[in-house]
Amino acid sequence: MKGASKHVIVAGGGVAGMEAAGSLAEMGYRVTLIEKGQDPGGHLLQWHALFPDRRPAEEVRGYLRKRLNHENISVITSTVVEKIRHHGHDVIVNLSGGTEERADAVIVATGFDLFDAHRKEEYGYGIYDNVITAAELEEMFSMGKVAKADGTLPSRVGFVHCVGSRDEKVSNNHCSKVCCVTAVKQAIEVRKMLPACEVFCFYMDMRMYGPYYEELYRESQEVHNINYIRGKVSEASVNISNRLVIKVEDTLAGRPLKMEVDLMVLMVGMEMSKQGAGLAVASGLETGVNRFLETGDHHYGNNVSRMKGVFYAGTCTAPMNITDTISHARAAVTETVRYLNGR
Amino acid sequence: MSSEIFVWPFNLGLYFILIYSVVRSTVWFRNLSRPDKLRLQRGFFGIPFMQSIKEIFMESLLHRRIFKKNFVLGYMHMSLAFGWFLLIVFGTIEADFFGEKHLNPPSHAIFFRAFNPDHGAVGLARAYTHLMDFLLAFILSGLLLAVIKRFIPSMMGMKKTTKHTWSDRTALLSLWLIFPSRLLAESFTCGTYGSGGFLTGNLGAALASFLPAAEIAPWFWWLYSLALGTFFFLLPVTRYFHIPIELLLIFMRNSGITTGDKSSSYTEVQTHACSSCGVCIGVCQMSYAAGINDIQSAYFIKGLRSDRDIAAITANCLMCGRCEEACPVGIELGPMRLIERRQGERPDTAKRFLERYSLTGRRSTIERESTQSYGYLVREEAESADVLFFAGCMTHLTPSVISAMKKIMESAGVRYRFMDEQGGVCCGRPLMLAGRDREARELINHNSDIIWKSGARILVTSCPICYKIFRESYYLEARVMHHSEFINLLIEEGSLRLGYLHRKVVYHDPCELGRGSGIYEEPRAVISYVAELQAVPEEGTMSLCCGGSLGNLTLSSGKRALIAADAARSLTMSSPDELITACPLCKKTFGQATGTRVSDIAELVAAALPKPVKKSRGRPARVTTKSLNHG
Repeated sequence: MKGASKHVIVAGGGVAGMEAAGSLAEMGYRVTLIEKGQDPGGHLLQWHALFPDRRPAEEVRGYLRKRLNHENISVITSTVVEKIRHHGHDVIVNLSGGTEERADAVIVATGFDLFDAHRKEEYGYGIYDNVITAAELEEMFSMGKVAKADGTLPSRVGFVHCVGSRDEKVSNNHCSKVCCVTAVKQAIEVRKMLPACEVFCFYMDMRMYGPYYEELYRESQEVHNINYIRGKVSEASVNISNRLVIKVEDTLAGRPLKMEVDLMVLMVGMEMSKQGAGLAVASGLETGVNRFLETGDHHYGNNVSRMKGVFYAGTCTAPMNITDTISHARAAVTETVRYLNGR
Repeated sequence: MSSEIFVWPFNLGLYFILIYSVVRSTVWFRNLSRPDKLRLQRGFFGIPFMQSIKEIFMESLLHRRIFKKNFVLGYMHMSLAFGWFLLIVFGTIEADFFGEKHLNPPSHAIFFRAFNPDHGAVGLARAYTHLMDFLLAFILSGLLLAVIKRFIPSMMGMKKTTKHTWSDRTALLSLWLIFPSRLLAESFTCGTYGSGGFLTGNLGAALASFLPAAEIAPWFWWLYSLALGTFFFLLPVTRYFHIPIELLLIFMRNSGITTGDKSSSYTEVQTHACSSCGVCIGVCQMSYAAGINDIQSAYFIKGLRSDRDIAAITANCLMCGRCEEACPVGIELGPMRLIERRQGERPDTAKRFLERYSLTGRRSTIERESTQSYGYLVREEAESADVLFFAGCMTHLTPSVISAMKKIMESAGVRYRFMDEQGGVCCGRPLMLAGRDREARELINHNSDIIWKSGARILVTSCPICYKIFRESYYLEARVMHHSEFINLLIEEGSLRLGYLHRKVVYHDPCELGRGSGIYEEPRAVISYVAELQAVPEEGTMSLCCGGSLGNLTLSSGKRALIAADAARSLTMSSPDELITACPLCKKTFGQATGTRVSDIAELVAAALPKPVKKSRGRPARVTTKSLNHG
């Protein structure tokens, strides 16, 4: 086969990395997937169900695992790519542990990190027991029980949107795109699991950009009675009965509002991953003002780096949902193959 | 010789500046408030007068403060000011002693050599001539440094220097010309007559050996007179006006006059006393950390002087107070800027001129509109307590500080009430910093009411911003304490038992607590009690601003981040385990700017408490539930 001798390294074994590796292997390229965790899967491993149809995340995980199960793919886990450099026509990657791998091309798919909610101290994450992140709520869904720290059931849950997104004060001006619809999905799940529980979402804008997102948002209000309050939460505290008190300005009603909740869910946004940022600095890859990897062209070169033979896939370039990540990974494969054929 | 007309440019200039100074001072004096007038009158006939004379000698002539900061710069200023002063004094004595008659007009002393070309050949007169030559050489050495400073500021240890206006440049040129032209005029005259001291005599003889000295001398005497005359005429419209005005400022300040909160003669005098030296630019973090170089105090004052619209400059300042601390003239820059903020926008000069002379006589500044009202505030019933704890809005954004304070007070057995636990009203300081005094006053009244009714003896706050306004603008019976002072008190009283943390820490002085309120020692005492406190490059009165200041509502987040990163770098140079501050805003700002752990002083102390207080589900042990059931 034409590509059999060609070797591509995929840095990162999340959704983008798995899809890219699968596609390349299918076309006959030899692929080495480098994953920092113990298993490939990335953030999807922690997810219980996916928007907009609330299908089990396991279905997508299963698809990706099947993609990876190919004779042309070898997977190296518990390892990170530390540096990418050129040596003649080859691309050499330095791996943690001091080893080197040679390849004809590299696809960077280092993904994102969730925003560290400790950085918004005013929301009390790590200080108050019942302040959790969206990822932690998702784990509760997987366990099959949404409860407060003391094990009792919440009677009112508040979702705080845009935690670490669209927030100049934490140097993140970008929108993380997926948190709005994640909140809608999770709000519905809370209501389904705890029919007696009230649910409030505190938002700046509801950005329902994808197919069936708007429908889900409508359903959440019409069928599930979820309340939406437009206003950014300024701070949280606890009162005498250890309930959380949220302070927010209701900008539609034009008045300040204080509300007690039992559980506060922080919709933490996406940031460039620390590992990806380190790789970019070590390898001289350009990053943008949002700290994500800067692509060759925003419109027609969105998988291309400015280093020959190095391509980008997925959320290392910008926040995106799973659908877009898979498409982006396939596009990265197209660019890689075009490069390898033209060399 | 007394009919020589070349002295007239000098004479006219001198009389002009004397009359101008007298008229200007009279107007300023008349516009002073009655108490300030009395202060000044009393000051003139008492100890303050002697203090002023001493200060003028030390600062305006010797320039002691500049000497302390920068020796070469100090020498430059001293040689020019003190040298010129001595030249005038000794010149007057010379003219009086050796001249034709006593009580000569000033021009006789200034142009002594022109009128007495062959004077000073023997004896005492000869020695005196050497002295006069020495003084001239002294001034010229300073002038040489001044020229170097203007073209290569870095050679004088100056980072930045102010930009000159055309009038400044012309005045500067005439100032530079004064002494070289005097040197050459005297030398040519001495060369013609074979007189003069070691400088003018030798130089004169050398020049006369190949030049027609007798014909050239008058030209330089003209240049000398013109340079002096031009300098005096331009003085009121240039930065060099600070030379006479600073004397007036010293008298006023020593008489006990302060800036206050309204524009007055004193603010005008301060405006004109600024020498535009540029020291404020060198210490401004917005300049060296964020690259903003047009808003510093020197430019603010220049804008005030020229009556331009400087609303943007006025607003764009962190109000950290570093420039005021560094100002060699001692101008109260913070209060001056606040006064300007209160005034709001200034109409442009032409409009002001029309308004001033129009028959309707409208006020020349636009009155700020005030539409805000806090009618919706709920008056809370106050519960009595020994100690009232007011966290403040900013501390509510750092809940870890609140929980640390609760632990500390509970551990020490303090009977306290948490005034704004369920959310309170702003202390008013941010509004005041924005120049909105009337709105701030409404909040002050609201909070004062609660504090008075509580009957508390001590009001503790965790926020230096609140602390400053509680101390300065609230009328309270309770003693206002910042939590660092309060913790220090608890330690001194022996009511707080603390362990020792084996951590190396550095301390950052928050602007409002340090420079703003003079609290430097207590936080250091507390920190040293529980951990190893390391020194940082700039601390105490010249400590850095974190960049998060509420004093600036126009600075972008990006620029703030640059200032914060720079300050954090300086503070963590010794790689401490922890950066300690005593202000929730500084804590938040530094938290985003450094990898070093940032904690409030209360958190550090709470960590040193012997054993963790049993987790009480947010219910503080010693606070009566009765007091908390409200709201």
